[in-house]
Amino acid sequence: MAKTKEKEIIVRKPIDNVITLILALLSLLWIYPVVMIIFNSLKVESAISTDKIFSLPIGEAFNGVANYIHGVQQMDFLQSFWYSLVITVSSVVLIILCCSMCAWYVSRVNSLVAKCIYYLCVFSMVVPFQMVMFTLSKTADSLKLNTPYNICIIYLGFGAGLAVFMFTGFMKSMPLEIEEAAMIDGCNPLQIFFKVVLPITKPTVISTAILETMWVWNDYLLPTLVLDIKKYKTIPMNIQYFRGSYGSVQMGAMMACIVITIIPIIVLYLVCQKYIIEGVVAGAVKG
Amino acid sequence: MEKAIKKYWIIFILPTMAAFLIGFVWPFIWGIYLSLNKFQTLKKVEFVGFSNYIKVFQDETFLHAFWFTALFTLVSTIVINVLAFAVAMLLTRKIRGTNVFRTVFFMPNLIGGIVLGYIWQSLLNGLLYIWDKPLLALSATEGFWGLVILMGWQQIGYMMIIYIAGLQNVSPDLIEAAQIDGASAWDVLKHVKIPMVMPSITICTFLTLTNSFKLFDQNLSLTGGEPAKNTQMLALNIYDTYYARSGAQWKGIGQAKAVVFFVIVVAISLIQLKFTRSKEVQA
Repeated sequence: MAKTKEKEIIVRKPIDNVITLILALLSLLWIYPVVMIIFNSLKVESAISTDKIFSLPIGEAFNGVANYIHGVQQMDFLQSFWYSLVITVSSVVLIILCCSMCAWYVSRVNSLVAKCIYYLCVFSMVVPFQMVMFTLSKTADSLKLNTPYNICIIYLGFGAGLAVFMFTGFMKSMPLEIEEAAMIDGCNPLQIFFKVVLPITKPTVISTAILETMWVWNDYLLPTLVLDIKKYKTIPMNIQYFRGSYGSVQMGAMMACIVITIIPIIVLYLVCQKYIIEGVVAGAVKG
Repeated sequence: MEKAIKKYWIIFILPTMAAFLIGFVWPFIWGIYLSLNKFQTLKKVEFVGFSNYIKVFQDETFLHAFWFTALFTLVSTIVINVLAFAVAMLLTRKIRGTNVFRTVFFMPNLIGGIVLGYIWQSLLNGLLYIWDKPLLALSATEGFWGLVILMGWQQIGYMMIIYIAGLQNVSPDLIEAAQIDGASAWDVLKHVKIPMVMPSITICTFLTLTNSFKLFDQNLSLTGGEPAKNTQMLALNIYDTYYARSGAQWKGIGQAKAVVFFVIVVAISLIQLKFTRSKEVQA
């Protein structure tokens, strides 16, 4: 095949430079809140009051990393980080594994049960969490699913809707021939699923994993109601608790903890940006 | 093949369905049942029929929260979608720095609602102080616009990504054909681009509508409902009824509120989908 790949010629008009400038200013406005928090996390307590929130961490106001040390110690932050990590990783892995299997069953079996499962999942996506918050937390309590190490089962239950929906959408468009060929070659359904179907589904696995991670990592209300707040605090719970429990909140420590919370997410985002944005688009198209 | 898969149902669907039953189906059914009861602990549940629902509509905080939420949803849906679409239009012009801008605008989505609320509380209170205006906790108007700004900051990037994907799918031939026919830039936008990205508009309005209506974390952390429950939205009102009000009747009423809330959310979703779907066209 001849190489006829045309190089796209981009003609830039003067107005495009103006647009670039406007967008650049807008971008600065967009990053500013995060930058402001970073600045404030480096300041002494007296320089973080409402009237001085915009001042820079220079001169006497500069406090080095003292707020970070103070915040991490006082809030038991590393513990929270661990709980958040355990919950997120276990939930997302479980959701991806179980829901992709369930979705394959739903998309390949033509029965009333399969249809019911599918429509129940779609339905569950619309239901607001407040509808089930009390009964769900009581159910979790009585089944002892109230520690960071097994709350993933609750997340699987409440997050199944979106995941099954997204996987089914993709799997319905997959050609049956490959699976049938594997079957004739002597694979049982489990082997077909893990050796043939799952590898093809990889793009959807990534997008679903990203959407579910964003949800579980940032979720506040579900862990608050299900976990015992005295024993286990995830990061969002910790920040809310810290805020509520002190008469005068120690803003410096608070800001430092917020920075520690968002920096890893932003770094992760910059590294796998491409997948995250594709995941969002894929999620939306299925929706 | 179907038969073979069916035999393996215990492995394929049982785990998900068991969890789904625990995490959704059972709490949902139980929740509907409890909305018809008066209870404080689960040991003493007393059937009271629909009287909880009557009390829901007599509760002024709920009615106020409803109008506040409705207004907020309307304003934020319009603001977010118009701005996200505008930015998406600019970013599909192949200008310099497109990728950087896209990265920056999307970033706030990764930060959780609780954290976002506190970031903006500090920032907005700082600004209000400079402008000599009442702080967020003292004025419902400021609280309202604070929530709109916060939601905009968070969601514009997300919707922008979806609009960009939609706009990139509009065939250049179609636009060229319109231009040859003498269409102005405005005509192209109105008669070609917008009809062609209608599926994206459907999704984005659906997402912004439901996200705004169900907003909880940001509401809790930015204003906490202050002053005097005036900026309380429905989700927070339900939570507050459940866990913060003392009195034997409130849990039942809270559950009834949740059922009402659920019905409203479903109704809005269905109406919206029907409305925008009817405007979609085939190229």
